[in-house]
Amino acid sequence: MASVETLTREDVLIKEQGFNDHFHDHHHGDKYQTGFLGHYVFSMDHKVIARQFLITGIFWAVVGAAMSIIFRLQLGFPEESMAWLKPLLGKWIEVTDGVGKLSPEFYYALVTMHGTILVFFVLTAGLSGTFSNLLIPLQLGARDMASPFLNMLSYWFFFMAGMVMLYSLFISTGPFSGGWTAYPPLSALPQASQGSGSGMTLWLVSLTLFVVSVLLGGINYITTVLNLRTKGMSLFRMPLTIWAFFVTAVIGVLSFPVLASGFFMLIFDRSLGTSFFLNEIFIGGQALDRVGGSAILYQHLFWFLGHPEVYIIILPAMGIVSEVLSVHARKPIFGYTAMILSILAIAFLSFIVWAHHMFMSGVNPFISNFFVVFTLIIAVPSAIKVFNWITTLYGGNIRLNTAMLYAIGFISMFISGGLTGIFLGNSAIDIQLHDTYFVVAHFHIVMGVAAFFGMFAGIYHWYPKMYSRFMDETLGKVHFWLTMVGAYLVFWPMHYIGMAGVPRRYYSFDTFDAFKHFDTLNKFITIAAIIVFIGQLIFVVNFFYSIWKGKKMTTQNPYGATTLEWTTPIEPIHGNWPGNLPTVHRWAYDYNKDEREFVTQVEPAKEGEVVDH
Amino acid sequence: MEILTVNSKDTLKFNPQLFGLWIGMASIVMLFGALTSAYIVKQGASNWFNIKVPSIFYISTGIIIVSSITLHFASVSYTKSLESIYKILLGATFILGLVFFVLQYKGWNMLFESGVDLKSNVAGSFFYLITGAHALHLFGGMGALVATIINAFVLRFGNDDKRKTRLEMLVHYWHFMGILWIYLLGFILFIK
Repeated sequence: MASVETLTREDVLIKEQGFNDHFHDHHHGDKYQTGFLGHYVFSMDHKVIARQFLITGIFWAVVGAAMSIIFRLQLGFPEESMAWLKPLLGKWIEVTDGVGKLSPEFYYALVTMHGTILVFFVLTAGLSGTFSNLLIPLQLGARDMASPFLNMLSYWFFFMAGMVMLYSLFISTGPFSGGWTAYPPLSALPQASQGSGSGMTLWLVSLTLFVVSVLLGGINYITTVLNLRTKGMSLFRMPLTIWAFFVTAVIGVLSFPVLASGFFMLIFDRSLGTSFFLNEIFIGGQALDRVGGSAILYQHLFWFLGHPEVYIIILPAMGIVSEVLSVHARKPIFGYTAMILSILAIAFLSFIVWAHHMFMSGVNPFISNFFVVFTLIIAVPSAIKVFNWITTLYGGNIRLNTAMLYAIGFISMFISGGLTGIFLGNSAIDIQLHDTYFVVAHFHIVMGVAAFFGMFAGIYHWYPKMYSRFMDETLGKVHFWLTMVGAYLVFWPMHYIGMAGVPRRYYSFDTFDAFKHFDTLNKFITIAAIIVFIGQLIFVVNFFYSIWKGKKMTTQNPYGATTLEWTTPIEPIHGNWPGNLPTVHRWAYDYNKDEREFVTQVEPAKEGEVVDH
Repeated sequence: MEILTVNSKDTLKFNPQLFGLWIGMASIVMLFGALTSAYIVKQGASNWFNIKVPSIFYISTGIIIVSSITLHFASVSYTKSLESIYKILLGATFILGLVFFVLQYKGWNMLFESGVDLKSNVAGSFFYLITGAHALHLFGGMGALVATIINAFVLRFGNDDKRKTRLEMLVHYWHFMGILWIYLLGFILFIK
């Protein structure tokens, strides 16, 4: 607890203007924080749970990225021996005459796992799980989540999902290998391929646990945002981060159950012999007696989640970027209300565009028109957001620290990746581009790299709120430039080979004369990917080194930010504020107002001052 | 589970636990919305047999409506501190709930005996899946009902906020399950 000498202006304001909720009258804190298990393992404190999500996410990010390096080696250097990977991959490297070959089955498994892990475990749980948990109570002036217990369960369901998936990597038939979208029949018939057996069963178990985690988390985030805001924190005074997390949670709660319904049917098809998704299938020359189903039906159910899912990934990144840009440009965010309306518009549109993933799957071309139109309309709120970010930067007093570099890098990635979305959203152009590296390049830049940039911006920015220390800035900048340049070097060439028609997911292009001359480009991409991967190891080292050895945080509000999390003590405590809860008097973006660099949200309005916008 | 409602008096428009339950129910609506949409899509394609729904399902519909009424009046008598009526009505709801499950089980058997099994046609698969998923969700409600009954008989009768909220959550969920069942049965009967 702060001693009398170190009281900041905000401490005094909270003491005088805040309100006593009698939180510290009973000793809740002791119950959660005594003992190793209660504090670090089965913690019910949102700040600890946030860090659990983050560190688990980092683990999965390293695993998922390492997988991509292995399959990039196959694509870039198909002739080279991979015998040196035998100690790691065991029987998946087949050595003949001293030359090691990656088994094609395992190549597919790697591609599948890379997608599943990155989309669900890293960019959903690791991103919105971390920052929703950390920031919702802190920025709203709440003691904790509405239900700390459900919050703990949400993390442990995620953890179990991860364990089941990890286990599936080590079984003898290997993990599921039919692509992260798990389309039937590969996912519905255990005998369809090597990975379709136990690997697919474990995949389904894992992702069902994951759906439970997302629902528990989402229910909690929504309830907290709508019910536990402190006095004066009206919805239109909330920071954009909270708006983004809130809408993300709403999308998650509405779309993940639809995926679950698809999973239930898949489980029925796999174990009980129904034919929801199966019709007239031959395996090994044998006709199965499974008729009457439709594989397209699964695709509808999958993408009804799948498309909102990409906004579940990108909206939190957008929220974080809005906040980081405003703080480090020392300017109010431009177009606050337009930003909120854009988030809502994107969320709404996300539910009526799913079939643009299925233009070439045999959906009616007239129905496709509908989806083309709504897909292209998403460009409108997206462009509004980009315009507002750039305008926020314009004329700002910009601090180019690592967090800010990542926020600016995010805008660059979002523009480059977003523009190719306009190509792919057209069902006619999709005839050429579907399932090529153009698609791979598009979604990696716009929701893979961009979401990672938002995540990195958030980690570098809020690291002091997690560990009371800063991450190393020099290492951070090295990390940024390697990632920024490297990511473009990996994904720009992919647009080109994609337009030439090179299909994604292929193990090798040896037998295709049309694609042979891309071997140099594929080598180049692989080398760039390895460099980017090494760059990420710099981040991991920096992250863990700084937990113990980073520069200490000496003031409560090192960035001069206006939001409530910077009015809490340097050393985090259970209940977040030592005495009263803060009362909020203004919106979250009063920078450079009335001759003052920043005015925190707890500062009462002066007479005649307009506090909202 | 402990819920932090400490600052709730100032910003709260709705009890957070009850609110959380409503969000959970919204996600259940999406689950069944997805199942019934898939039903429509599949029905529009080829290879679909119309099922004759056994009439026993109408009786179970009546039972679940009556159970909602008894639970409603259990809640009313709790508020009025009529302890014994409260306990009787809770017990009645529990028995009606059990009867509902038995009738559903009998209905599935009758359907099976009439030649509609799980595998042979997708229409049958959908019927068992949708009604089964509903039964599973109602089973969760039965769990909450049993917990309430145990509390009613073990704890001393009292009208505190925490118990009141829990009872209210149970009532809302139970009514929701009833309405969901009526929707599902009506859907299967009328979407042809």
